[in-house]
Amino acid sequence: MFNWLHRLGSSKIFFEISGRWQVSLLSLSLLMLAGGSVWALLFVPPDYQQGNSVRIMYIHVPAAILAQSGYVMMAGAAAIFLIWRIKLADIAVKCIAPVGASITFLALVTGAIWGKPTWGAWWVWDARLTSTLVLFFLYVGVIALRAAMERQASAGRACAILALVGVVNLPVIKFSVEWWYTLHQPASFSLMEKPAMPAEMWLPLLVMVFAFYLFFFAILILRIRNEILVREKNADWVKRWLEVR
Amino acid sequence: MLQVLNAGCERDGRRLFENLSFTLAPGELLQVVGGNGSGKSTLIRVLLGLYTDCHGDIEWAVDKAPLYLGHRLGIKQSLTVIENLRWFGVLREEPVNEFRIDEAVYKLGLTGFEDTFCAYLSEGQRKRVALGQFLIMDNPCWVMDEPFSAIDADGLSFLMAMLQEHLDVNGGIIISTHQSITIDRPINTLALQ
Amino acid sequence: MNLFFASVQRDLLVHFRHPSEVLNPLVFFIVVISLFPLGIGPEPGQLKEIAPGIVWVAALLATLMSMDSMFRSDFEDGSLEQVVLSEQSTFTFVLAKVVSHWLLSGLPLVLLMPLAALLLFLDEAGVWALTLSLLLVSPTLSLLGGIGAALTVGLPRGGLLVTILVMPFYVPVLVFATAMVHAAEAGSDTIGYVYSLLAILFGSLCLAPIATAAALNLATDQ
Repeated sequence: MFNWLHRLGSSKIFFEISGRWQVSLLSLSLLMLAGGSVWALLFVPPDYQQGNSVRIMYIHVPAAILAQSGYVMMAGAAAIFLIWRIKLADIAVKCIAPVGASITFLALVTGAIWGKPTWGAWWVWDARLTSTLVLFFLYVGVIALRAAMERQASAGRACAILALVGVVNLPVIKFSVEWWYTLHQPASFSLMEKPAMPAEMWLPLLVMVFAFYLFFFAILILRIRNEILVREKNADWVKRWLEVR
Repeated sequence: MLQVLNAGCERDGRRLFENLSFTLAPGELLQVVGGNGSGKSTLIRVLLGLYTDCHGDIEWAVDKAPLYLGHRLGIKQSLTVIENLRWFGVLREEPVNEFRIDEAVYKLGLTGFEDTFCAYLSEGQRKRVALGQFLIMDNPCWVMDEPFSAIDADGLSFLMAMLQEHLDVNGGIIISTHQSITIDRPINTLALQ
Repeated sequence: MNLFFASVQRDLLVHFRHPSEVLNPLVFFIVVISLFPLGIGPEPGQLKEIAPGIVWVAALLATLMSMDSMFRSDFEDGSLEQVVLSEQSTFTFVLAKVVSHWLLSGLPLVLLMPLAALLLFLDEAGVWALTLSLLLVSPTLSLLGGIGAALTVGLPRGGLLVTILVMPFYVPVLVFATAMVHAAEAGSDTIGYVYSLLAILFGSLCLAPIATAAALNLATDQ
């Protein structure tokens, strides 16, 4: 079983397999994103309270979901790296960080855009946005540590430790931010509260969430492949592959 | 005491050494030689387990972790000579009696400096303080990385005597240095490129 | 055990011989607090209301300032690798470091609380709550900050990076501690907050040194 696991962790095999699926994954995800966005923009009825501005939810919510699962995935890869020393896991940690940070930033920006027509301000310190902001700082921390330690062999393990500490703290932070919010805004209409949505509203949301996940993996695979080429540039198979290209 | 089979190590993308095999038996001295950047310090750190980016079999058959004198001496400038020596003992969980510390201070030529902060000592004197750890504790294996640097002529002969004494009680020594070692024992040399 | 007490004693000794390292963060604390009235206005009512937040943020910043020195000097003079090389538990060493750090930076901050309260017009209930909250939280700050300090110990300019890394982890304690002070000022019960802060403290006590020890082993791995 561990043999299979180590085979899976081989950069070369990952590179070969991902090379075959890369284009289709990317195209499918872009197609779904486009389709889902059109559905959300044109075919979903405007919300009773928020009008058309609710349509930004179809980008904000998937982005927020992915921001969080991205961090958990990064922590999972970090754990695999620390326990089994599989280099591909370290590459995964390195590549997920900037992608996750960008998606978190997207969640923040779309959250702000959503807030403008609803609250009249470009930013509100509500529970969800604030904890997304802290999540953004957690990502930035991992990126900053990697950047500061770039030359050192122990950079991978240091970032892995940080990612794991972050994922353990994440529920505590989320809980404390939500608690903090209820203290200061007792009668809160949460921007992100979703009362029972009719199917015509949550179906496109589901499509968008799925599309975001596919897009995330497509972009991640692109980055990982690039990183593999950089790290293994002295390997024979890389030289052969570059010649063939 | 120590058996190494096919040790190899990379650093910053460079292969430092490969397929290294040697042993260290009680009463033996192993001298590691090589030019600057040949990997002497790295090899020593690999043997001690301080550098883990390596492959090969490294087996220690000792009951205590070896004593190590590295480039960074491991003494605190803000502590006195005696305090630093005592700390070595605490760190290794060795009950060190004051008599042994006093004796070490005398042997190291630091009498009168017992309560001086190490910040006020010369570099050679600080080196002697760091060497004190070998005198105050009994440990089968000594590992020293460039111990002769910053040592004056007096210190040189003293250090040689120290090494000789340790070998005479069947201790093992691994030492990396350019200095030619004058002791009454065969020396195994390991040359790195 | 011997290592634990000897290490604490050693740290205290080293720092008493260089008091400026200990005093600087404390002075920083007072300076930061003093900047707020200058920036916001001297009106007591206004300052009183935001006082818990100001004091707490200043305390966090002062703690982060002192964090850098936790392991750096040991790393640079080679003491750290001697600890790693000895067969003693790095976990115990980390705990000893946290304790000495708390004694040298957390505890003095707690003692400065009344002064901070004076500058920002906090009333008696507020002062007690502020002091108690910092007393409960400062060990946590040292524990969590230790992780950041250990991760960046080999880096030349690690100081600011520690702040970026550790601040998100301080968010929960900041939230609960300031809420506790506000509750005390409003006259309501604070025992729930005390329990939450203690829970975070004990959780950190068990888990943080594991990460810190791992990071220290990493730092000497070169």
